[in-house]
Amino acid sequence: MSLSIPARDWFKPPAGAEKLWIGLALLWCFVMSLMMPYWHFRGKQNSRGEAYAVAPVTFLERTERFAAANKVGERNGVPIAEPAPGGDAYLLGRMWSWYPILKLRQGETYRIHLSALDLQHGFSLQPLNMNFQVLPGYDHVLTLTPTSKGEYTIVCNEFCGIGHDKMFGKIIVE
Amino acid sequence: MSSTLTVPIPASPEPAAPAASRKCDTTGLNVCLGAERFIQFNAVAAVVFLLVGGIAAILLALTRWQAVHLLPVDWFYRVLTLHGVNMLLFWILFFEVAVLYFTCTVPLNARLFSRKIAWASFAQMLIGALMVNGIILKGQADVLLTSYLPLVAHPAFYLGIILVATGTLTAVYNFFATLYVARRDRTFEGSMPLVTFGATAAAIIAVVTLLHGAIVMIPTFSYAMGWTAQPDPMWYRMIWWGLGHQSQQVNVCAMVSVWYLIGQLTTGAKPVNETVCRTAFLLYILFINLASAHHLLVDPAVGSAWKIWNTSYAMYLAVLASMIHGFTVPASVELAMREKGHAKGLFGWVTHLPWKNPAFSGALLSLLIFGFIGGITGVTLGTQQINIIAHNTLRITGHFHATVVGGTSLAFMALTYYVIPLIFRRDFIWRSAARAQPWMFGIGILFVSLGMSFAGSLGVPRRIYDIDHSGAFGAAAHLMLGVMGIGALLAVTGLFLFVILCVGTLLFGERNHGRAMADWGVAQALPGSREGSLAEDHWAVKGTIALTAVFLACFAVYYFANWKALADVWPVR
Repeated sequence: MSLSIPARDWFKPPAGAEKLWIGLALLWCFVMSLMMPYWHFRGKQNSRGEAYAVAPVTFLERTERFAAANKVGERNGVPIAEPAPGGDAYLLGRMWSWYPILKLRQGETYRIHLSALDLQHGFSLQPLNMNFQVLPGYDHVLTLTPTSKGEYTIVCNEFCGIGHDKMFGKIIVE
Repeated sequence: MSSTLTVPIPASPEPAAPAASRKCDTTGLNVCLGAERFIQFNAVAAVVFLLVGGIAAILLALTRWQAVHLLPVDWFYRVLTLHGVNMLLFWILFFEVAVLYFTCTVPLNARLFSRKIAWASFAQMLIGALMVNGIILKGQADVLLTSYLPLVAHPAFYLGIILVATGTLTAVYNFFATLYVARRDRTFEGSMPLVTFGATAAAIIAVVTLLHGAIVMIPTFSYAMGWTAQPDPMWYRMIWWGLGHQSQQVNVCAMVSVWYLIGQLTTGAKPVNETVCRTAFLLYILFINLASAHHLLVDPAVGSAWKIWNTSYAMYLAVLASMIHGFTVPASVELAMREKGHAKGLFGWVTHLPWKNPAFSGALLSLLIFGFIGGITGVTLGTQQINIIAHNTLRITGHFHATVVGGTSLAFMALTYYVIPLIFRRDFIWRSAARAQPWMFGIGILFVSLGMSFAGSLGVPRRIYDIDHSGAFGAAAHLMLGVMGIGALLAVTGLFLFVILCVGTLLFGERNHGRAMADWGVAQALPGSREGSLAEDHWAVKGTIALTAVFLACFAVYYFANWKALADVWPVR
């Protein structure tokens, strides 16, 4: 009885069906823990957490310089910046917008620098549903290869105050 | 009661008071009156905070159900903060303190170590909880449960949470001191019962958890007061989740203990193998302490090796523990049923289970929802790379509403159908409604969890007021939010019914002093059956073998389907 004192000789190894289940469960746990290192080396989607310390004001300067140097257009007053294939791109989250709009080429690889000016934000690329955390003070680098064309919306999915649900950005892939 | 709160050392318990215990009229066990009093206080407080959280829940569900969209935006985040702290902290912690006081006294035939310490604990927790709720409702702490820096709340918010944490630690101290004294005075011989063992595991994890809380909340409180600089937001995330995630392992331990307890109370089940059950609890203690990694899997500045190692808690040995309990609990019930003579086929025993007993149905639904939905989604979403397609979406919320609501909260509700008759000594009013209550709550939460999970798979964020401005979400997402909304209506109706039943019984329930509690219905033995007749048959539990095989198949399908979904998004490293 689980509520009463067990018999003196309660220490017994598992037997029968219980032993089989423990073995199966342990095997399954083993498979799951091997899947992650496997995917790290062989899979294409990984979050390595590559990051550098950066003051928010410095990151703002870099982003503005990047947006000015690579500007190829403008939408609703927000610059559209197209980085060189293989090059660096900067994307800034702040209350309550993503800046600038990025224009990328299908099949090319970019180093996207993500950071926040004020609070924590969530980079959520829709409708792909890829999600990364964005923190002030951290330059979070994603090495990203767009493989499909179209216009993608960046939604903020970390609570950042009253305007949180109106914080959007765009990534255009051609 | 003296107001001085000096903490005596365990070696000098308070002098014996007259009539320190009573004999239970139903079970014949000795009930320590001091423990009984504080079980009552903490249980009542728990239910009050459950009601607050439940009112918040329905307001939130009816806001996120975009067709209704009830609250204005500022109140949405305020009520979301209120819901989180009342449900995840106050309801659960007060109830767990009640469980601790019970498990360290009654099953051990022991007396609560100190009423003064119990008062000190209760006062701290209550004052802290009221401070937090007050400051949230004043609109000065719209920071959600996690209060991620650089968001900052009024200092009273942090101070309140610190008080709740220290209050809980004080109760945990009382628990360990009671165990020590019981062991020293030999109130029982041999090993402690399994339920107490599980509660001890919960208490040990709680200490580690609450220390994380102190480490993160004290500097944050100091920052909010303007005394010190702002702590680093990434440091905050790592330590906060040492509190936030590990506290869920306290809940798991407490919940599993409740499953074992209700299994015994309603079907006479006893553990098939005590060693296996206890080892599983031990695995929780040893391999749970790295769990904050689950929340940092797509964060900057923590690398792949750290993420992979810490999210699988050393080869998933804590997951192994839950999978063991997921077998041993139903196996113990099945074995008890078969020994009672219900041995037909694979599942013949199932029809003879005490389905009308709300404690039984609640615990059963808790086990199924926790295992099949909560457990499978939790391990999958907590896989390092798969987290990329789940982080901060409603999938996460869908997961933990299956673990902590459908699992822990429902198990605690189920236990209440015995706590009130045995500890408050009043029989339940409106018993037909009580029999339906676990089903309403369980099925409602199932829909809440599934609606959230599917909406999250479509990318819908958690913790957001409106999804229409972005134009990124279509009709399917709205349909799933509707499923969540309808589930929430059912679940919250079940929650309100639970509160009405509890309060109604405390006020109007018939006293059962001097007689056994009114029987909810327990599993009946057939004539000629003999308890212990299958003790040596290690393959008797065929139904459980089939059930766990189905479970493992579901787990594998869901797990690998998520790898496939991940492989379909853009390459990223």
